Amino acid sequence: MPELEAVIGLEIHVQLATKTKMFCGCELSFGDEPNVHTCPVCLAHPGVLPVPNEQAIRYALQIGLALGCEIAPRSIFHRKNYFYPDNPKAYQISQYDIPICGAGRLGDIRIHRAHLEEDAAKTIHVGESGRIHGSDASLVDFNRGGTPLVEIVTEPDLRSAAEAAEWARLLRETVRQLGVSDVNMEEGSLRVDANVSVRPVGSEELGTKTELKNMNSFRFLQRGVEAELARQRELVEAGGTVEQETLHFDPASGSLTSLRSKEEAHDYRYFPEPDLVPLVPTEEMLREARESLPELPAARIERYEGIGVPADVALTLATDPRTAGYFENVVEVADGIEPRVIANWVTGELAAALRQAEVDGGAADSRVSPEAMAALVRMVGEKKISHGSAKTVLAALVLEGGDPEPIVEREGLAQMSDSGELEAIVEKAMADNPDAVAKVREGNNKAVGAIVGAVMRETKGRADGGEVNRLIQEKL
Amino acid sequence: MTDVLDLTALEAHEAMVAGDLGAEEYTAAWREAAAGDELNAYLWRDQGGEEAAAIAVERDCVAPIAVKDIFTTEGVPTTAGSRILEGYRPPYTSTAVRKLLEAGAPVLGKTNMDEFAMGSSNENSAYGPVLNPWDRERVPGGSSGGSAAVVAGGLAPWAIGTDTGGSIRQPAAFCGIVGLKPTYGAISRYGMIAFASSLDQCGPLTRTVSDAALLLGVLQGKDPCDSTSVGIDGGIALPGREDLSGLRFGVPAELRGDDYDSGVRAVFEQTLRKIEDLGGEIAEVSLPSSEHGISAYYVIAPAEASSNLARYDGVRYGMRAGGDGDLIEMYETTRSEGFGPEVKRRIMLGTYALSSGYYEAYYGQAQKVRTRIAEDFSGAFGSVDFVVTPTAPSVAFKLGEKTDDPLAMYLNDFFTVPMSLAGIPAISIPAGLAEPEGGGPQLPVGFQIASPAFSEQKLLDAAYALEQGIGFGARPGGVAGA
Repeated sequence: MPELEAVIGLEIHVQLATKTKMFCGCELSFGDEPNVHTCPVCLAHPGVLPVPNEQAIRYALQIGLALGCEIAPRSIFHRKNYFYPDNPKAYQISQYDIPICGAGRLGDIRIHRAHLEEDAAKTIHVGESGRIHGSDASLVDFNRGGTPLVEIVTEPDLRSAAEAAEWARLLRETVRQLGVSDVNMEEGSLRVDANVSVRPVGSEELGTKTELKNMNSFRFLQRGVEAELARQRELVEAGGTVEQETLHFDPASGSLTSLRSKEEAHDYRYFPEPDLVPLVPTEEMLREARESLPELPAARIERYEGIGVPADVALTLATDPRTAGYFENVVEVADGIEPRVIANWVTGELAAALRQAEVDGGAADSRVSPEAMAALVRMVGEKKISHGSAKTVLAALVLEGGDPEPIVEREGLAQMSDSGELEAIVEKAMADNPDAVAKVREGNNKAVGAIVGAVMRETKGRADGGEVNRLIQEKL
Repeated sequence: MTDVLDLTALEAHEAMVAGDLGAEEYTAAWREAAAGDELNAYLWRDQGGEEAAAIAVERDCVAPIAVKDIFTTEGVPTTAGSRILEGYRPPYTSTAVRKLLEAGAPVLGKTNMDEFAMGSSNENSAYGPVLNPWDRERVPGGSSGGSAAVVAGGLAPWAIGTDTGGSIRQPAAFCGIVGLKPTYGAISRYGMIAFASSLDQCGPLTRTVSDAALLLGVLQGKDPCDSTSVGIDGGIALPGREDLSGLRFGVPAELRGDDYDSGVRAVFEQTLRKIEDLGGEIAEVSLPSSEHGISAYYVIAPAEASSNLARYDGVRYGMRAGGDGDLIEMYETTRSEGFGPEVKRRIMLGTYALSSGYYEAYYGQAQKVRTRIAEDFSGAFGSVDFVVTPTAPSVAFKLGEKTDDPLAMYLNDFFTVPMSLAGIPAISIPAGLAEPEGGGPQLPVGFQIASPAFSEQKLLDAAYALEQGIGFGARPGGVAGA
């Protein structure tokens, strides 16, 4: 049996944070009384017609451009027909063969398409199960019905559950930074379905896929996909075949249950929506969408790595554009200090100091000015203060702001260099720890820590560790 | 002065503006006339109230109007001729009716129609057939049969209806009145209960071409609630053309066959001569794809209808039947009991045509034919100003005569469907009387004139000149002015 590889594609529904619904003037809401944001249009009364939300189209263009998609000069809406109480027209207005956004890419993963559609209403099943089977009654809340959605579909480029979850996080961060959606998985403003299949390593063909629904966190996405991959692997390795079906992942039990098989799949009878004219973005809309794009995470990561920032730190910065902006401001005034060093200070010690002080907001909102931060990092680099002292100064800067120098002076934190004072302290420490000295002499270098520790205690951390070590070696 | 009910809507309007006629008196007279409906033409009638008295005469058109029961009217029952909407009172008013109200024309009543506008005889109404005022054993045509019957039968000064494949023009022809289907997009469809969205269009049914022009002027216009509406550039003026000199009328070779009533043919030929008398020129044109119009239409319209009518599921409004805790059973029972046989037939046809594996062969193919038909008309309009045909292949037929033969019924739309598919305007004017095949008293025959998209002004001007030339003055027996 050849080794099997995972083949995963994602379908992501993003609720757009427009003021009103996709095809009517009702306000968007979350958590309001049921059925207060409705009108004849979103309740599908006889005779009503849809009118597209221009803001939703603009947001879709921004998402498309952010994902590097080709924007269709003319796309059309289709009707997707099916009966269900959460679908009052009995068709969903969606896009089919000509979506607004065509092929694109985010990171290493190719985007197949992204299209505009409307969300369904919410059904609430009354009864113990909370699901339609076995419920006593079902209620429909039409507040959500008609919320604008962009559905993003990837190519099956993901090769593990972990990669799928990681990429989904990057996508969420990208959409979040566009400011076009709340991207809250728990509230359902970001919903991820996964198409999962396995195939022998080296094969170009796609295996039969299953579709996983209802994974409302990245952790559940990863666990759901892992569970399904394990199921498929076991099945195939035992000589069985995967059946095409839609599966529901229950995060509580970790179990997968079938929602419907291929035979039960709907025939949606798609046809062009005759109530709407083709969607033709104007030059002005495209220009505005382009100009409104911030630098997005993927581009930022690439740029930071290019100036020597380690990958994990670059990722941290890219998911927090305000802190990233702060970092860049520090680099700008730091005059030659390596960005790598600054990035480590900003995402490490400064972030820790802010947390410690329980200050709301990030570095950019803190009292630590980029100039102060740059000066502090420079002082460490020039060995004017020790790393440990710098943390003390930073804690003070977080609380009171201002420049680091007066704080260093006030607190007496200036680093001792190879002055006689440090030498005397080292000598005293060696004299006070004869056992340690003996051990070091015998070749146990670890024992030197006790001597260094004593020096640091005596100097309250102002001594440069390297210098202390040098002096000890000299005096042995 | 003559009986106010003899006045055309335009004449009444002018009399009211001149102060010779009180709006209140006029409306009351029509309300009384409407109350005497023996044709089953009205499904709901306004009983009068304070609002009707407050009509301002300086408005654009003030004659009360009969409205096909397919237009939503806030708080007023709107059924689309279907059991499934029995008792339904819409929470909003359609754009067309709102415009009428704003122009000063109150709703006199809601008129009977074929269920969801599917039919050519009005026999598909859940509320019983409408009778033709010329002969109560005959149909008034459909689907706007009620609107045509009230105008011809002296129960309303004018009316609006909808036309998807001929549903204004054919009943207008059967009842001896004027019926105009404007260009697709000329009038908002918002609040007009959808049958086939890409074809449905609102239009006037009136006694005269001038009344039709007056009404179109009020109704047309781009509506922010209807993305497909565009309105007519420059609006519509009252027609005033005296002759037809310099105008070319094309008779499609493909639609000039001999498989329709000889009486209708005689009136048609006689009208062509009248056009020549008035200075117009008759030419032959070719519309090679138009004979496939019916086939394409009966794929496209049911396909759209199958989707449009899916919302009547018993969940939110209208009728609900059965279910007893089971959703699917409730859907099935509600729709089985709520829809009539013709609606069910078309839903099944349309669902089939859109099904996976059949879409290209049916819907895709029909759309290609539709494009060809539109191209045929564009080609024809390169050499003629108008295309003319009889409106319907026969005069009004007897109740029950075609109910068992859907195909024969569908062929009623043979002359009207091509224009609907092409989206162009077409008007039917009464051109004469003819004896039905099989004998009997003479009945009206309609003459259809079609013109390029959004050329309604030119169409109305020519129709007016022809109307004056023909001088059709006949009215059904027993109707005021007859």
